[in-house]
Amino acid sequence: MLVSLENAGVYKSERWLVRGITMHVEPGEIVTLIGPNGSGKSTTAKMALGVLKADEGKTYRRQDLKASYVPQKLDVNWTLPLSVSRFMRLTNKASHSEIETALSSTQILHLAQKQMSQLSGGEFQRVLLARAILRSPDFLVLDEPVQGVDFNGEVALYKLIDDIRHKLNCGVLLISHDLHVVMSTTDRIICLNGHICCSGTPANVASSNEFKSLFGEHALPGLSLYKHRHDHEHLLDGQINQSSKSKSNLKQNNSEKNRALRKTKNA
Amino acid sequence: MLDDFFIRAIIGGIGVAVVAGPLGCFVIWRRLAYFGDTLSHSALLGVALALLLELNITFTVFCISVVVAMLLMLLQRRASLSSDALLGLLAHSALAVGLVVLAFMTWVRVDLMGFLFGDILAITRADLIMIWFGGVAILIALIKIWRPLFAATVSYELATAEGTRPDFASIVFTVILAAVIAVSMKIVGVLLITALLIIPAAAARRFSKSPEQMALIAIIIGVFSVWLGLSGSLEFDTPAGPSIVVAALSFFIFSILPLPKLKPGNQYQKIEPAKAKLDTETP
Repeated sequence: MLVSLENAGVYKSERWLVRGITMHVEPGEIVTLIGPNGSGKSTTAKMALGVLKADEGKTYRRQDLKASYVPQKLDVNWTLPLSVSRFMRLTNKASHSEIETALSSTQILHLAQKQMSQLSGGEFQRVLLARAILRSPDFLVLDEPVQGVDFNGEVALYKLIDDIRHKLNCGVLLISHDLHVVMSTTDRIICLNGHICCSGTPANVASSNEFKSLFGEHALPGLSLYKHRHDHEHLLDGQINQSSKSKSNLKQNNSEKNRALRKTKNA
Repeated sequence: MLDDFFIRAIIGGIGVAVVAGPLGCFVIWRRLAYFGDTLSHSALLGVALALLLELNITFTVFCISVVVAMLLMLLQRRASLSSDALLGLLAHSALAVGLVVLAFMTWVRVDLMGFLFGDILAITRADLIMIWFGGVAILIALIKIWRPLFAATVSYELATAEGTRPDFASIVFTVILAAVIAVSMKIVGVLLITALLIIPAAAARRFSKSPEQMALIAIIIGVFSVWLGLSGSLEFDTPAGPSIVVAALSFFIFSILPLPKLKPGNQYQKIEPAKAKLDTETP
């Protein structure tokens, strides 16, 4: 296990940003946080990284964990003369060829000598991702890594993230609003709204009521057509197994608890 | 050679400029100009205390600067005032308290102008030794913490997440800043220290493509400002400290003049007055 949170929460400006977060990331798996704006996705990611201290609960990070972070927002003000290739060496040493390989992997080798303050939003994101990959991390935290990236680029970058985790066997904690992509490449999904609403495999989460109430019935029109819960199973020999319920590892908090939590949040 | 007060002044001034260059870059990048101002204003309080307790002036000023810096960091975490108001409040309170305490000590005769505007021509051999040994120590420390400090300057969260220990680097940086302020008080005086830090760095921005380059160019501009300023002050009989600052200013003005071969529109940007915000990197 790389990182785990146990019943962790962050309290700031007299309210709980998130509370009761229990999750873990294993090497080689992609765990995705989804949820509406302000639901505490970034806060949870920062807690997992140790950027924010948990005000309650426990956090664990493997010793000598090498983390890479693509933050949601990063301003490079113009007083900083900072080229892309220098930025690649921000927290680690790297050779020219390593930098070139990393930049090529996100298709921005031509930007190597450009200043960071001159990049477009999508280019900037590609630089951030290339830098994170360059470190060969054990634990990769990506906070909306493809924001502002063009459509083709988006597909390619998600493919890259998927490749990287296999190549480096690193755990990925992804925050994303692209529900379709998330559903197809993620191992586990955690659905947040101040607390964990539901979590589990993409199929399980997509069919849960919490997910539907958070994102609406039509959040995944393509997906909901064929991802649904079966109450029976077709065995290989043609028999129908009625009793087998889908082995769901879906955690559903009871609504009583959720309401209580919401109350404390509003208070 | 060192018998000549002018040579001593130049060697001392260059020593300070070499350290002030890279430090000034960080002051600009981290938007700490007001922070530096507050520290240097509080230096006068250090002078008053040193005279009162009969301690070494430079050392006392250094200690007071460190205390004020740490106090500021604490206050900014929990204060209800905005950082710029807090900095202004502390800067001028420290200056005023320092002046009042000095006035009470009727038994000491103080050359107030010397502290406010510097007395570089009165630099002694002992001062030179302190400036150069201290300066080398500071440069070594700065090189050691360069990567984490710079990473934290770009993004505090990123630096923390990737384990570069930015808090430690920031504390070392603050202590170094306090030390430089304590030493440069002799050169340019309490009121002009920030100028010595930020003007060469600001002038260097235009000509730099990387942070390390900007630090180097700032050093060069600082050294030439000291040399030019001191020569000018000798030639025209002007006060030494302000003359150095004026020389640095002329480099800055030169740096913002539009050059004909650059493409119009994207190269020249006005320098914003650095905002008094210490905690730009905290969420």
